[in-house]
Amino acid sequence: MSGYPLLSLAIWIPIIAGFVVLATGSDRNAPLARMLSLAGAVLGLLVTIPLWTGFDYGTAAMQFVELAPWIPRFNINYHLGADGISMLFVILNSFITVIVVLAGWQVIEQKVAQYNAAFLIMSGLMNGIFTALDGMLFYVFFEASLIPLYLIIGVWGGPNRVYAALKFFLYTLAGSLLFLVAQLYLFINSGGSFSILDWHQLPIPMGAQIWIFLAFLIAFAVKVPMWPVHTWLPDAHVEAPTGGSIVLAAIGLKLGAYGFLRFSLPITPDASHELAGLVIALSLIAVVYIGFVALVQADMKKLVAYSSIAHMGFVTLGFFMFNAMGIEGALVQMISHGFVSGAMFFSIGVMYDRVHSRQIADYGGVVNKMPKFAAFFMLFAMANAGLPATSGFVGEFMIILGAVGYNFWVAFLAASTMIVGAAYTLWMYKRVVFGNVTNHHVDEMDDINGREFLILALLAAGTLYMGLHPLPFTEVMHTSVNELLRHVAVTKLQ
Amino acid sequence: MTLSEMNFVLPDLMPAAAEIFLLAAVSLILVVDVFLKDSRRTTTFLMTQLALLGCFVITFMTSSAEITYTFSNMYVDDLMADFLKLLLYVTVLIVMWYSRDYMLDRAPHAKGEFYSLSLFATLGMMVMISANHFLTVYLGLELLSLSLYGMVALNRDSVQATEAAMKYFVLGALASGLLLYGMSLIYGATGTLEITAVAERLYMGAANKTVLTLGLVFLVAGLAFKLGVVPFHMWIPDVYHGAPTAITMFIGSAPKLAAFAIVMRMLVNGLIVLAADWQQMLILLSVLSMAIGNLAAIAQTNLKRMLAYSAISHMGFMLLGIVTGVVGGDARYALNAYSSAMFYVVTYVLTSAGTFGMILLLARTGFEADNLDDYKGLNKRSPWFAAIMMMLMFSMAGVPFFVGFFAKFSVLQAVVAAGYMKLAIAAVIFSLIGAYYYLRVVKIMYFDQPTDTSPIEAPLNMKVLASANGLAVAVLGIFPQALMSLCAFSLLRSL
Repeated sequence: MSGYPLLSLAIWIPIIAGFVVLATGSDRNAPLARMLSLAGAVLGLLVTIPLWTGFDYGTAAMQFVELAPWIPRFNINYHLGADGISMLFVILNSFITVIVVLAGWQVIEQKVAQYNAAFLIMSGLMNGIFTALDGMLFYVFFEASLIPLYLIIGVWGGPNRVYAALKFFLYTLAGSLLFLVAQLYLFINSGGSFSILDWHQLPIPMGAQIWIFLAFLIAFAVKVPMWPVHTWLPDAHVEAPTGGSIVLAAIGLKLGAYGFLRFSLPITPDASHELAGLVIALSLIAVVYIGFVALVQADMKKLVAYSSIAHMGFVTLGFFMFNAMGIEGALVQMISHGFVSGAMFFSIGVMYDRVHSRQIADYGGVVNKMPKFAAFFMLFAMANAGLPATSGFVGEFMIILGAVGYNFWVAFLAASTMIVGAAYTLWMYKRVVFGNVTNHHVDEMDDINGREFLILALLAAGTLYMGLHPLPFTEVMHTSVNELLRHVAVTKLQ
Repeated sequence: MTLSEMNFVLPDLMPAAAEIFLLAAVSLILVVDVFLKDSRRTTTFLMTQLALLGCFVITFMTSSAEITYTFSNMYVDDLMADFLKLLLYVTVLIVMWYSRDYMLDRAPHAKGEFYSLSLFATLGMMVMISANHFLTVYLGLELLSLSLYGMVALNRDSVQATEAAMKYFVLGALASGLLLYGMSLIYGATGTLEITAVAERLYMGAANKTVLTLGLVFLVAGLAFKLGVVPFHMWIPDVYHGAPTAITMFIGSAPKLAAFAIVMRMLVNGLIVLAADWQQMLILLSVLSMAIGNLAAIAQTNLKRMLAYSAISHMGFMLLGIVTGVVGGDARYALNAYSSAMFYVVTYVLTSAGTFGMILLLARTGFEADNLDDYKGLNKRSPWFAAIMMMLMFSMAGVPFFVGFFAKFSVLQAVVAAGYMKLAIAAVIFSLIGAYYYLRVVKIMYFDQPTDTSPIEAPLNMKVLASANGLAVAVLGIFPQALMSLCAFSLLRSL
């Protein structure tokens, strides 16, 4: 299988499928558009399987590498590769794309082809982000992926969608433009190379490292999002259609975190050590403060959006303690959050499709009408709260373990999320699902159909498998994470 | 008295063969057009196209890597000139295809004038591109400007267009005056107006610095008028808005190529020794243009006016490439910087032509399609053209995979290479502000409900042209290498 350009296939199959859907699908033959999209998404997922089976656990070097000149004038190459850090995200992303196509199957009736095409194209672009080894290629994918999500939020979103779409686009663009300048600086100072791997070796004086680190930080912090630049996320989530929320939470938020591992830590290790305190402080604020913010939300989507910010705060916290436990925990947390937050947003979507409200107050006693759904939702709520045996527990526990070795008080504050997280998730669950049926809307709810069952079951399988048997996941990342840590420990000052 | 007794040497006409051909062709078209009935106006159009094609063939065939001077060194033919002229013909050709039906409908009094004036303007731009003498620059510039004044006023019954033409004329004449005054001071300081000779004398240091700098200020002011950069930009919004859309398209595309050429000829080829002085001035103009252009564009409700302010900001961005050519007396980065600026101009012209093309495409009798609200829900009316317009807007905003991104990228890398980090940061911040109003157009097309549900009734050739233009923006955005190299290659010998 290694003869095939697997990573290129993972990028271009969904994109080409997206254009095929656009070309063939009009509003009249929506079923065709749906079938084609599903075929494209499944095919996109199938080509990522050899990434898992053919992966060499023993090396930290890039695997499945593809290298071709793209713009020789500026030494920009079409350079792809995956290591233990990025490989899992490619598979997760391709998996989520299938989920999203299924999630919109009956719900989206307007402009079905455009809707599915936007998701497929975005999926390909995001695979590009995770596998690009050329700074410019990364940037191009990074920026271009804004366009489909902008349209998804703006066209199929809720009442305040225009504001949310614009806010989403401008926030992320603002972050990434400084990132572009930092990349240009590295390009000039590395003697004209855009290779991320070359930049990993490039000595940079401290002053410049600090500036580059800050430029990276702004770009990735907006995307993660970290407090205080997180305000676009609740708006975007609330207004986005269910599929948009799933992709945004499951994959979109991971892009920024991935950027820290690919750019910030290895390119500016000294500045990372110098400013780790800042990032850890911001992460703890996200974990603790945003956790309390989530507690008081009346809108379910907003609640899960804030809970995502808190979970991502955990991830950035794990990165900047510079120990293997922390980074691997953060990576596990990212994958787990992909399943759990995707499932949470889908569950909210299931209820929204029936009642057309996301307000917690409009629900109550859902379990009486939708027992099967309530069971699934319970599992995901528990996973979101970090219950052992679910994937949510593994990552959080590893990060807390890592934090204990780093600093007791950091660990203490981080561990408080176990309580706050349980409080906001389970309290919401209680108000929505338990109790007596409160109104006639809830009374008219039907339990999940086969399609919804399939989606929830797939996500539940991922959540449970990862929670019960996380070893295969950590094994994949182990060598790469150790290599990264070894690299970060070496100063680049001369 | 015979010819030989006059001691007359016939100049080498080959470097100006395309110009001579075009002049002859326009004269012929003028005469033929007088005898044509209104129903046969297509003949004029076809002759115009043939004239441009002829120019293309001549320039292409006679192009060589050699730099040849003619007409007593007043005129130069080099690769930069050839490349820019070829692009110029293509641009004018495209503009005419777009404008043909529109002009027939909008300016019934103007019969063949649109075509002949366009060709005279093209001739003027060709002269500008090949000028090696300050007066040749002026000559070309005036031929272009006078043709444009007439074109803006072609629709003589429109008060708005007449007002725009008047403003354009008065401010344009002022700018010409500034330019001439600057040239005369440079003549006073160096004793010559031949661009290469000026460069030599400055290099030897035989010039009065005070007079020279004063001349330079006037020269840059005049150039800034013609480029339309702040604070000499006041005419741009009014002329873009007031002129018939087809003419706006003409003004907003091809002359940018010529303006780039005369900046290269006068400032880079002629006054490179003074780079430290004019770069300072251009940095100021550039930052102001990006700031005011982008901020003012946000407030516009008319698409043509918005594009006018956007043009101001784009010219400001392009100037960033020009100002980074010489760093502390070191011209190592010159080729990188100037070819980036050239790439920027070329792609801007392509995108700008496409955008105005979309306005023309949606316009119909009695309806101009130049208000932003006219684009409401375009995605519902025509998903294809909404997508094309979206690509053009994202390209203007500098979002990949569209060519505008690589234009911004190449200029920015030149700025960073020259060590102007603050300038680069300012440029990206203003680009961010700019992204807002381009996104708003996308928002209007995709997120709003249509108020006008009539189908798009444009002729097939325009639909094909607009589609090709939009796709070119995307294709060049994925494969920008060829055009980038061409720009660099054409400048290689001319620096």
